[in-house]
Order: sequence, then structure tokens, then C-alpha cells
Amino acid sequence: MSLLEITDLSLDIGTYPILKGITLSVAEGEIVAVTGESGSGKSMTALAVMGLLPGGAATRGHVRLEGREILETSEAQMCRIRGRDVGMVFQEPMTALNPVKTIGDQVAETILVHEKCAKAEARARAREVLDRVGLPAERFPLTRYPHELSGGQRQRVVIAMAIALRPKLLIADEPTTALDVTTQAQILDLLKELVADYGMGMLIITHDLAVVSGLAHRIVVMRHGEVVEEGETRALFADMKHPYTRMLFEASDHCVDLPPRPDGTAPLLQVEGVSRDYPLPRTKLFEPRRHFRAVRDVSFTLDRGDRVGLVGESGCGKSTLTRAILGLEPVQEGRILLGGEPVLDGGRPNLAVRRRIQVVFQDPYGSFNPRHRVDRLVTEPYHLLPDPPKGAAREAAIDEALEAVGLQAADKRRYIHEFSGGQRQRIAIARALIIRPEIIVFDEAVSALDVSVRAQILDLMARLAAEYDLGYLFISHDLSVVRRITDRVLVMQAGEIVEEGETEQVFLAPRHAYTRSLIDAAPRLPKVGAA
Amino acid sequence: MRLSRSLIIGAVLSAAVLAMALLSFAWTPYSHTAMNIPDKLQTPSAAHWLGTDHFGRDILSMVMVGARTSIAVALVAVGIGIALGVPLGLAAAARRGTWLDEVIMRGNDLIFAFPSLVIAILITAIFGPGAVNAIIAIGIFNIPVFARVTRGGALSLWEREFVMAARVAGKSTPRISFEHILPNVTNLLIVQGTIQFSLGILAEAALSYVGLGAQPPTPSWGRMLADAQTMVALAPHIALVPGLAIVLTVLGLNLMGDGLRDLLDPRIRVQR
Amino acid sequence: MLRYALKRLTSLVISLAFASLVIFFVTEVAPGDPARFMLGMNAQEDTVAALRSELGLDGSKAERYLDWVSGMAVGDFGTSYTYRTSVGGMIADRLWISLPLALYALALSTAIAFPAGIYAAARRGRPGDMGVMGATQLGIAVPNFWFAMMLVLIFAINLRWFSAGGFPGWDKGLWTGIKALTLPAIALALPQAAILARVMRSSLLDTLGEDFMRTARAKGLTRRQALWRHGLRNALIPVLTIIGLQFSFLLAGAIIIEQVFYLPGLGRLVFQSITQRDLIVVESVVMLLVFSVILVNFLVDLAYAAVDPRLRQRA
Repeated sequence: MSLLEITDLSLDIGTYPILKGITLSVAEGEIVAVTGESGSGKSMTALAVMGLLPGGAATRGHVRLEGREILETSEAQMCRIRGRDVGMVFQEPMTALNPVKTIGDQVAETILVHEKCAKAEARARAREVLDRVGLPAERFPLTRYPHELSGGQRQRVVIAMAIALRPKLLIADEPTTALDVTTQAQILDLLKELVADYGMGMLIITHDLAVVSGLAHRIVVMRHGEVVEEGETRALFADMKHPYTRMLFEASDHCVDLPPRPDGTAPLLQVEGVSRDYPLPRTKLFEPRRHFRAVRDVSFTLDRGDRVGLVGESGCGKSTLTRAILGLEPVQEGRILLGGEPVLDGGRPNLAVRRRIQVVFQDPYGSFNPRHRVDRLVTEPYHLLPDPPKGAAREAAIDEALEAVGLQAADKRRYIHEFSGGQRQRIAIARALIIRPEIIVFDEAVSALDVSVRAQILDLMARLAAEYDLGYLFISHDLSVVRRITDRVLVMQAGEIVEEGETEQVFLAPRHAYTRSLIDAAPRLPKVGAA
Repeated sequence: MRLSRSLIIGAVLSAAVLAMALLSFAWTPYSHTAMNIPDKLQTPSAAHWLGTDHFGRDILSMVMVGARTSIAVALVAVGIGIALGVPLGLAAAARRGTWLDEVIMRGNDLIFAFPSLVIAILITAIFGPGAVNAIIAIGIFNIPVFARVTRGGALSLWEREFVMAARVAGKSTPRISFEHILPNVTNLLIVQGTIQFSLGILAEAALSYVGLGAQPPTPSWGRMLADAQTMVALAPHIALVPGLAIVLTVLGLNLMGDGLRDLLDPRIRVQR
Repeated sequence: MLRYALKRLTSLVISLAFASLVIFFVTEVAPGDPARFMLGMNAQEDTVAALRSELGLDGSKAERYLDWVSGMAVGDFGTSYTYRTSVGGMIADRLWISLPLALYALALSTAIAFPAGIYAAARRGRPGDMGVMGATQLGIAVPNFWFAMMLVLIFAINLRWFSAGGFPGWDKGLWTGIKALTLPAIALALPQAAILARVMRSSLLDTLGEDFMRTARAKGLTRRQALWRHGLRNALIPVLTIIGLQFSFLLAGAIIIEQVFYLPGLGRLVFQSITQRDLIVVESVVMLLVFSVILVNFLVDLAYAAVDPRLRQRA
């Protein structure tokens, strides 16, 4: 008998089916990964095991924990099971902890809820657990508040809360999705160790096949509320039976057919010794204002048609640098030239320069004014032209831009909420493309997309690069994507560019220690068939 | 779009009060100023549906005409708040973190620190009682409310990527404020405006109750209540009727505001 | 924490300075000369001038402003034009009615609103919630002075449980005083309680949707435990703001309610002084009210820091 057995579980919310008869099991000491794209129902599966489904959810089938039927257990009984027999770790460490309670109190609470023991004893045990998850007493006393910790440290606190009573089963719902790649590797290692130490079973939910491959004993692939394939990790990677699994795998490691780089071109974007400061809030009343240097003496050149990646972890200054390049914010030192002219001319945007550069942002939902139609959205950059096309010429330009990104001309009459995330990102590219810029900045432009959609957008970028002689600056935290879509890469750490070079070369033989740690930490997919 | 029950009830109540006020321009059962001492303090009857006051005036007629005063004062006061508060809020958000933002928000806090009714009393006391001064006194306190609501909504919009895209397209800050920010805060303003309207009605009633609102012969609900106070033991209805008129009007507006919020955007937080 | 408190204190002083300027100059532009008003229209020009100088009205505006402010700083509010007695003394007498009334109402409003809001939030969407929400809608719509009249009609005139107005004085015993203030306090408190209960409910509901509430449930806390241990303290932050703002409404409301119940508090003093053009009294009372509001908001800011550790460090 397995630790957790889910048999033929169906779940409807209202009349909408979320899960359609899924079956999976987790044994003691076993790590089972549930993977799939958004809408596959993987998170709902986790919540069903915890008995924490949202109101209005109707279930059929069986969820058995050590033979006990969870779906028929009373709420009062479930409260005794949660935290003691099953622990859970969530995706967002920044919000998963109560901001007004100390970490010590929050960890000790797990113990106090389930066991009759003195507060002092609970705190002592909380201390031990925090030590165990890598938060030593000298740096992380029990009196720390969550806001004093980084995202990775907070996730360790959440894990400590979940394992404080050594549950038999640990459920982790996208536990590292919100974390940087180096932190992700550490958290995954921690989880793996804990499973081995405690002999727990672990059900890990993730969208990232690469994360799964190095961690799980078994993999369950879900799509639209159904299990499409399941198997022991190596065997599954060696022999993917279901086309969806193969598609997921292919898309996760999608090879883009990048056109050859045009050679012998002139420098287009020149970033010369740029530094950017932000004022810090005053800590004393009348002291002079201090500044935080978010970007520190950055220089690089991007030639016409160049495809350059900029990678770094959150807070490294890449977004700040992006805004400076776009001429949205002034720089304190150095200068940014586009075609030899400054992007900011005495604090005023230089329109003649601006029209040569456009941008595509990360969030496909926030990038558009919801009150405007697609034609108006796409033509917004026309503001940069001294004499924008009107009438039939304008319509033709809109049609062309939409068709270039794989949409239809008729789509221009629709509103943005009628489109999916991937389609919106296409519209964002059409908007950037319409004034024929020489360079586009892709600011985490594929990070919010499912892998299959991401692969399509990357293909689109490669195609446009060829058709429009387009250069781009591709900013991302995701090394595997950068590797496939760029010729050259810049690695940024704490406001500085620490390494620069041909992409393949940097990935194969990184010179800087930071680059090495990034590459080592990034989870990798096994080669198909070679597992 | 499903209309909520509170929206329907609220809209019907508000429309009824508005219709009553409009009707009073054309017709009232009696002249609202006509005294008829022999018929004083009558309870509701077929001749006087809502009875008569201590001068024998028809209460229904007075309530109908009084609705005009209440609506006019509250509406103009909301207008003042929107006309001045919204641009201030937009400007503060567009220049967030600068001295301009600081000055606008500190000014706001300062107005908030004054107990509004006390200052309204001070203003009407010094510049003389009357509807116009009541409007100004109530309107001033609407300015920071709208400025704050607008700024709050605008601040989060400025962080949105579509505004960034407009900046990349080279559009100026004022242009973005009007083209992208303002249309996306109108929902907030509609909901808050409804609430301020109802608060204005309450404030006008309070001011005219203490004799600082509209002056005779302009009838107002607040003054009807002040007049009724000494006679409430003899004829409760003369205090009951104008009071219920206020309650129903304010209730209608509040229900409509809540209903509009649910309809437009349930995440809107109303300031009270 | 100390740094935070100091920063709030600075902003308190700045607010007070601005407020005093505004009040002084608003009253300054008031038409009518207090001296002439007091002496009547037929008074001799030199008599009026003499009185003006006696009242300290002949200095420059700046001088008089500084006199007024520096006097207040040491508790000297000046001399009433009408009664020729210390304004401070007059205010102190009245304060003994208005302040207990406002505090009484604040206590009542909080005592009603907290349980009502928590109850409604815990039963979201169920009949209990709808009942509370319906009652609060009504509560918000009722003008407090009219509500006061209705209370008088029912409890004083018909049931004769309370007297219809007036204040016997605290020397008649604490209980007598409290009894006299009970109807006014209820009239003031209920509409405010309605608002506060709604804020409490929506703030709690917001908090219940937070990720950390789910974390708490995953630890094995029951819904109720999670609400009390994790929800309430976080939900309290916006509620505190409203309590601070309400104090200002209660003070203003007290001025109106005093009219209904014929209570000799600050409100009646203000109206009296306005009719008699005793502007120094008006100025001082308004300044005192503004001061108390700013002070209460300062205390609310400190309370924030006590509730929210993030504030203690920032500042």
C-alpha cells in the first residue's frame, strides 16, 4: 500500500470540470512530480490532498492517505492531519508568511497546534528545525520577522513549518518558481535531503520539466485535468509514449533556427560607462540623502542586427538598465547612444532616436490598455513618427504587422481581453514592429508563457530577425532560453556586467565564477534517449 | 452583465428622489411657503398626504422642494471635488516621489486633519450662512478625497506595462495621464462620487440643521428637522418625514454606489 | 522605533503650524470688527480704538498670530472678547463634556463594530452576514442628529428612561453624568459603528484571501484559529486608520449632537461665540479640535508600528 493513493479523482467547480478521473500514488521516501502547463489541474490535485479545495468544489473518487479516505474525513479531523501527517510548501514565499509574526512563532505554531507542549519547548524545537533547513541561530534568531529575510530564506522558513512535525507526506506546489536559479538549486537540494533523511513521501508540482528531471523518482504528466502519461523518471524520458509529453519535452528545450548573424555592420546601440543611482529613504532625519547604485559603470555595444542576451538574477539591475536604454529614466554617469545620438536629450526623450528602438514586456496581461482596440494599441508608436501613415496606409500597416506576427488582419477590431497570453505577446511584438525599429528590447518577454507557447514566440522572433534585419536585446533570467535565441550574452551581477562573450562560448567555458554558478545551478533536461 | 439587487434598489430610490425634485419645479400639492395656521400640525390625511408643520405648511411640498436643495448642494460639492481633486491626484501620481507629489499629499493630509464639519461651520459662520457657502465648505473636503482616490488608482496604473509602452512611444506625461490613466480610474471615480454625493447630502442636512445651510425661504430637510425639534413630542411626523427622506436618499445612493462597484470592479475600495 | 516616532512627531508639529496659520487667517478675513460689535454701532471712534488696543487687535497680523500661537503653546488661549475671561478656562469647562462624549462614543462604536465586522466576515455570504451588512447600510444613511431626535422621542419622551437633554454636571456623580451622556453617545456612535463594521469586515475578508492564511490552514489550524491568530492583527491595520479618522467625525458630530441634547459643550460654545463675534474663542476651539485630531492620528501612527513590524524598521 502506498502512502498516498489517488484513484479516479474527479473535481468540478460549479459546472466546470477541473480534474477528470486522475490516478496517481506516492510511496514512502518517494518523490513524485506532477507536471503540466497552466490549466492542467496540477495545483488543484495538491489542494485536494490537503482538503483545502475552494468552496463549491465537488469531488468524486478516492484520495487515500495511509489508507484513510481524505475526501470523507471531517474538517475537524483534517485539521489534525494537516501539518502533522501532511505538510505543504507554496509557490510564493514572499506572501506565504504572516508579516506581523516572528519566524520563530510561526514555526513553533505548527508544533503547538498539534502537540501539548510548553511554549519554550516548542520554540526549542522550532530552533532545531530552522537549523535543519539552513537558517542557523546566529544569523536567523527566532525573533526575526519575514520582511527581514530574502525570498529563498523565507521559503526555508515555510519548509521548516511544513516539516516541523516530520510529516509522512510533503506537498510542494511550485516551490522554486518564484526564486532565482541559484536559490532554486539550493531549495531543491534541501527538499531532496529532507526526503531522504525523514523518509517522507513528496508530491512536487511544477511546470518545469528540467526541475523535475533531476529530482523526481517518478513523473506524472497532466493536461486539461487528465493524466496523459506516468512513469519512472529515466524510463519516461527515455521513451515518451504520449505526443503531449514529447511536445512538452521538445518545447522545454526548443531549438530555435536562428538566422546567421549579419556581418560587417556598424555599432547601433552604444552604452558607455553608464551608472544609475536611486535615492535611498533617509534613515536619520537630517542626514544627506544616500543613494543606491543599481547599475554600475556598464559598457557594451550592440551592432546592427546583433542579437544579444542580458542575463542576471532578480535585483541585479537589468530592469533598471533596460529603462535607461529605452530613455525612460536619466543616468547619473556615462551615456547611451543610439545610432550616435543620445536617447535622452537634456532630460527630454529624443523622438528621432526613440523610433529606432521598441520594447516588448513580460506581462502579456498588463501590457495593454484594456479600453482600446487592437488597431489603436498597435499603432501607439506612430506617435514617434513626424508624419504617421493615415487612412488606407495606416490600415495596411496594421494588417501587415498583425500578419507578420501570425495573427489576422481582422483581429485589429477586437479588444485585448479576447486574446490568450501567447496571442497578446504576439500583439505586443506587432506593436513594436509597426514603426520598423532597428532594435527591439525583449524584457523577460517569454517568461510568463507556458513552454509550448514560449517555443512558438521564440520561433517567431527568429523569423522576424531574418525578415526584418532586426537586432534585439533579450533580457531574461532564464539561461536556457538565452542560450538558444542570442549570438552574444552579457552576464550581470549586482549592477555590473561580469562577463561578456559569444553565447556558446560563455555557456561552454564560462570565465567568471558567477557565470559558472548560474550555469551549474540551472536545471537541465536529460538528452532524449540518453538517460 | 448581471445587475445586483443593491444596484437596482439603489438606482430606483435615487431616481425617485431625483424625479421628486424635478417634479417640484412644475408641481407641488401646495405652495411650500403657504402658511395656514388653523391647519397646523395635522397628521397625514387625504388633503395633506404627509401632514402639516407648525405653520400649517404642507410637508410633502416642503420635502419635494427640499430635495432640490439637497441635491444641488451635494452635486456641486462633488463637482468641486472632482474638478480640483482629480487633476491634483493625476499630477501627484505622474510626478510621484517628487516635491509636487509631496506638497499635494501633505496638503491633502492637512485638510483631512481638520474635522470637516467644524471647518464647514467656521466657513459658513464667518462668510455668512447660505447654500453657496455650504457648497464651498462641503466641496473643499471632497477635494482631498478625490485626489487621494485618483492618485491611488493612478499610481498602480503607472506601474503597468501598457503605460511603459506609451512612454516608449514617446508620449508626454500629461498626455499619458489623460489618454491612459484617467479612463482607467473612471470606475473608481464613479463609485467614490456616488458615495461623496450621499455624504454631501448628510453634510448639507447637518449644516442647515444648525442654521448654517440654505436660508429661508429656501426649504431644506435639515432646517425642517431643526424646526421640528421643539415639537417632536406633539407631532412626531414632522420630524419623521424629513428624516426618512434623508435616510432613503442616502441609502439609495450608497446602495447604488456599492452596486456600481460590484458591477464595474469589485476590487475598488471606497473611502468613507 | 524611536526614529519612526520622531519622524511622525516632526510631521505632527508641521501639521499643527500649518493648521494654526490657516485657522488664524480664515478668521482674520471675517467681516466685522469685534470691538465695534461689542460696543454697538453708535460707539465713539476713540472708545472703539481703545477697546481694540485692550483686546490686542491693533498689532500687525504677524504679531498677533505669533502672540496667539506662543500663548497657546503655554496654555494661554487669550481673553474672550465678550466675557473678558480666560478662553482657556471657558474651554476647559466645556471640554469636560465634549471630550468624555467623544470618547464614550468612540468606545461604543468600536465595541459594536468589532464583533459585528468579525461576525459578518466569518459568515461571509450567509444570512448573518447579509443581516449585518443591511443594518450597516441603514446605519450609514441615518443622520446622527435625526437619530438623536428619534432616541429622545422614544427613550426620553415616551419611555422616560433618560432625560431629554441638559447636563447635570459631574459633581452630581459619575453615574448621573454618564447617564446624561448615554443617548448622545449612542446617537453619535451608531452611524460610525456602521462604517467601522464594514471596514472591519472587508479588511478581514481581504486578509482571509492572503497566502499566509492558506499557510496557516496547511499547518492544521482551524478556520477560526487562523482567523484569530493570523487574520485579525493584519486586518487591524486599515481599521486603525478609520478609527483615527472617526475621531475627527465624532468631535464634529458632538458639536451637532450637543445642539440636540442642549449639552453645554464645546459645540455650544462655538455657536455662541460665532453669534457674538467672539472670534478668539472660535479660533481657539477650532484649533483645539484640530490639535486633538492631529494628535489622535499621531497615536494611530504609533499604533501601526506596534502592529506592523515592517514599519518599525523603515521610517
